[in-house]
Amino acid sequence: MSAWERFLDTFFNWAVITEYLPALGQGVLVTCQLAVAVVLTGLALGLGMALLRAYRFWAVNFVIVIFVDILRALPPLVLILILYFGLPNIGVTFSGFTVVWLVLSLVLAAFAEEIYWAGVLSVDQGQWLAARSTGLGFGQALIFVVLPQAMRMTIPPITNRTIAITKYTAIGMVVGVGEVLGQATTAQSFSGNASPLMAGALIYVALFLPLVVLSRWIEKRFAWRRA
Amino acid sequence: MAEESILSIEKLRLSYGELEVLKGVDFDLAKSELAFLIGPSGSGKSSLLRCCNRLEEPSAGRVIVDGEEVTAPGVNLNQLRRRIGMVFQSFNLYPHLTALGNVTLALRKVLKKSRVEADDIACSVLERVGLKDKAGSYPNALSGGQQQRVAIARALALEPAIMLFDEPTSALDPELVNDVLAVMRELRETGMTMLVVSHEMGFARSAADRVAFMEDGVIVEQGSAEQIFGDPNCDRTRAFVRQIAH
Repeated sequence: MSAWERFLDTFFNWAVITEYLPALGQGVLVTCQLAVAVVLTGLALGLGMALLRAYRFWAVNFVIVIFVDILRALPPLVLILILYFGLPNIGVTFSGFTVVWLVLSLVLAAFAEEIYWAGVLSVDQGQWLAARSTGLGFGQALIFVVLPQAMRMTIPPITNRTIAITKYTAIGMVVGVGEVLGQATTAQSFSGNASPLMAGALIYVALFLPLVVLSRWIEKRFAWRRA
Repeated sequence: MAEESILSIEKLRLSYGELEVLKGVDFDLAKSELAFLIGPSGSGKSSLLRCCNRLEEPSAGRVIVDGEEVTAPGVNLNQLRRRIGMVFQSFNLYPHLTALGNVTLALRKVLKKSRVEADDIACSVLERVGLKDKAGSYPNALSGGQQQRVAIARALALEPAIMLFDEPTSALDPELVNDVLAVMRELRETGMTMLVVSHEMGFARSAADRVAFMEDGVIVEQGSAEQIFGDPNCDRTRAFVRQIAH
């Protein structure tokens, strides 16, 4: 066996890949479920916090800022390990899926909150003045005038964050979530061959490339047109 | 003035911390009157306008608009504000909404009109400012003059008792100024009460019932446009008028 053949046999062994393809397919399903759940929860929570922050209640904002800063500073892996291995000690047990969903959602929420909040702040003060001068209340001005503009301006950083956090679902592997990387690693151990990992990598590309392209399209579609 | 007073400002003061921007302003505007407010930048003209609908919170004094005290505690500010139309130097149109959307937003959310009803009102107001064919255009597709006319329509649609203009033409290219002034002239002819911060002297001479000169947070003097621009009583007014005359 030549070196080249050995390389192909170790990393791109078609027989091994087809054997574990069903398992990898299972992993795709889990990755997708996890990603969708994280994105929906994280963005909704982040937006909610940013809106709440706009009301400038001192105590509420204090809590939000602390929450956001801690979650942005901590590595998600630490939180996942604490929740998964630590909480059972006090009698609380979550499945690996729940832990990863929870942690990644909270982390995305923290980043999304900061991004949306920056968006709200960057809307020209004149927009508030105009809206309030026509009799719109604070909440109405926020929802109907400021937020639509803030959301549009923040599409690029938000899609960026969203892609990054969805890719992070691979971390589920460490707490036994059977997503793509988890399935691939298991398959690698059983087969003693790295090909499932390579297949996993290709699957990630296949999954995320369309997402990246889609985000580019969204960014273009809603690109801010200023007079 | 025997006429019914639409705007009445009494001993109005406004401070930002240590800095006192308005130092006790008294001013009255009768129904259908058009008054010009002139003065150097930083004299408190815009602040005075913004106190009229409490976009700025005065520290003392009273503002009464169309019989209702704006400065009264617990007043329904949002319902009052829609009776006080305001037009800004930088237009402040909502960029994510069409001209029609800009005009209908408050109609629907503040006056709770149905979409059909709001669209009807908006169309007729846009027609009044000569922009009926631009109803579907976004602000970025409109010239500055057109944007300002949409902004006027946005305020007008709420049937205000008074219109406040904060330098409505200073952000416009010279050739676009006249479109906006024409709309303001039409408003005046239909009896709208207007308080205008502007240095459009030609317009003031031909349309203003009164010109007030403001400096350092007080109204220094007021009179007819002829008198203020031609033969002011105060030296400060004279010096300022000479400056803006060329």
